[in-house]
Amino acid sequence: MDVIWNGLVQAFWLIVTGDPEVMRITALSLKVSGIATLCSLILGIPVGSFIGLARFPGRGFVLSLINTGMALPPVVVGLFVSIMLWRSGPLGMLQLLYSPTAIVIAQFILAFPVVTGLTVTAMQQIDPKLRLQLLGLGASRIQLVMQLLKEARLAMLAAIMAGFGAVISEIGASMMVGGNILHYSRVLTTATVLETARGNFELAIALSAILLVITFLINWALTAIQQYGSGR
Amino acid sequence: MSEAILEVRDLAVAYGGRTVLSIEHLAVVPGETLAILGPNGAGKSTLLRSLALLELPASGTVRFNSEPVQRNSASRLRVRRRMATVFQSPLLCNTTVSNNISLGLRFRGHSAGEMAGNIKQWAERFGIFHLLDRPARTLSGGEAQRVSLARAFVLNPEVLFLDEPFSALDQPTREALLADLEHILRESRITTVFVTHERNEALHFGDRVAVVMGGRLAQVDPAERVFSSPISEEIARFVGVENIFRGTVEEQRGGIGVISLGCSQIQAATNARAGERVLVCLRPEEIVVARLDADFASESMRNVLRGRIGHVVAIGSQLRVRIEAGVILTALITKQSWQDLSLAEGQEVQAAFKASAAHVIGRR
Repeated sequence: MDVIWNGLVQAFWLIVTGDPEVMRITALSLKVSGIATLCSLILGIPVGSFIGLARFPGRGFVLSLINTGMALPPVVVGLFVSIMLWRSGPLGMLQLLYSPTAIVIAQFILAFPVVTGLTVTAMQQIDPKLRLQLLGLGASRIQLVMQLLKEARLAMLAAIMAGFGAVISEIGASMMVGGNILHYSRVLTTATVLETARGNFELAIALSAILLVITFLINWALTAIQQYGSGR
Repeated sequence: MSEAILEVRDLAVAYGGRTVLSIEHLAVVPGETLAILGPNGAGKSTLLRSLALLELPASGTVRFNSEPVQRNSASRLRVRRRMATVFQSPLLCNTTVSNNISLGLRFRGHSAGEMAGNIKQWAERFGIFHLLDRPARTLSGGEAQRVSLARAFVLNPEVLFLDEPFSALDQPTREALLADLEHILRESRITTVFVTHERNEALHFGDRVAVVMGGRLAQVDPAERVFSSPISEEIARFVGVENIFRGTVEEQRGGIGVISLGCSQIQAATNARAGERVLVCLRPEEIVVARLDADFASESMRNVLRGRIGHVVAIGSQLRVRIEAGVILTALITKQSWQDLSLAEGQEVQAAFKASAAHVIGRR
């Protein structure tokens, strides 16, 4: 019990004193996962809207792929991105392996199916007759999709939370493609693993506590927006 | 007839390779209210969606103000923005009433300043001004449908489409809204295409009625004519003609046919020649029921049949009475008349109707 308590106390002090290394790791985690989530939203929302609204041959197969993608094991993604970015791999010339960018790529691959799949579900939950009604009021295709996304805003916030939650907490991919390099590609999860392996349980608990608090604060904020939206 | 504002020719809509709607020609005249009437599943709403450019037909042309509407989405959008559609359910967005009413205006790029006056005006006309700041989902069914109508009228459409807009409402709400809408439509003279399966609504609202059956236009005529002179047995039954008899014209007497119905003989206004086989349609409200001692000699009732009262069913303030008079006649009589005449089931009575009340359709 002492280990946990000491860890929590240390976490408190690390945050209060603004420990430079902890701050750097936390900032990198937020930046990497934030960018990955943002990219997955930019691509996943239009793709999810299209799949949710359009009817085309092979749609069921594409949906199955996306649903499978929602449960992609991070280590598999890590392995795949590693092979791609490996010096002799197809994208080796970019020299991105063991960099924060590599983590963004891997996390994007993890978050994209989550955001896309939840967008498809959100679109399908809207009364199909509303589409006809909006077209009947003179909406263009883009205006139609924008209005439907607005209608599905609560479900879309859930998609953002799920996408961000999936990547901020993963370890396998970040470790494999980021390399956990000090002052460069070390994020909260990889740092926690390292400190645990070193026997620095207090620091590991402190890092975990910071991760939990960050995740909680972001989800709290999104939930507040969601519930404010639902109450209007 | 003035030039059509909206016209379809050789229209076909198919789902999964099966043609569900096939319309040779239909034209909507500026300022008229065209009621599309038909049983459930007949293709009425599909026709409305095709006219409103919400559905791309498999083939056929749609003309708006004599200009053919191209099949590309930009051209269809341009025309669609000159029309508006209201559906059976209000389909409001999850925002305030005011934002809902302005939705179509915003799609057309109008500014908030331009919209405010219009929104206020139509909200007032539909009696929902006090609800403008309310979230749409807190409204009752009737209020929501008023918002939906205001949202369409605010666009000042050249053609307004209404797809059974009252069928989800309870009777009192429906009647109140019908009265308001009728007033607004008469005043604004907006060209309206109105889908309904309620024949009373079609008769009440429609300047003309297009009857759709089995995916085809069965009859397009002024409302009164569709109800008084349906052109087929199927339409006759649908528009409430309960007495339909098969007969043969025995004699033609200058526009009046003497028609044998088997056990009975009647006279009806028709130019059908002797020997022609016909259907005789008679609306229940055209039959006068009277005691045996009543005298119809002075009332130009060419048909007075003697019969016995069979089954009687109450419908609101009226009674539907079956009379066995060689043929089985169904007549409507008020409860008051029933009591005044001291009628009873099993009693012998006279059933009378004018030759002009019977509508004759030729049959093969």
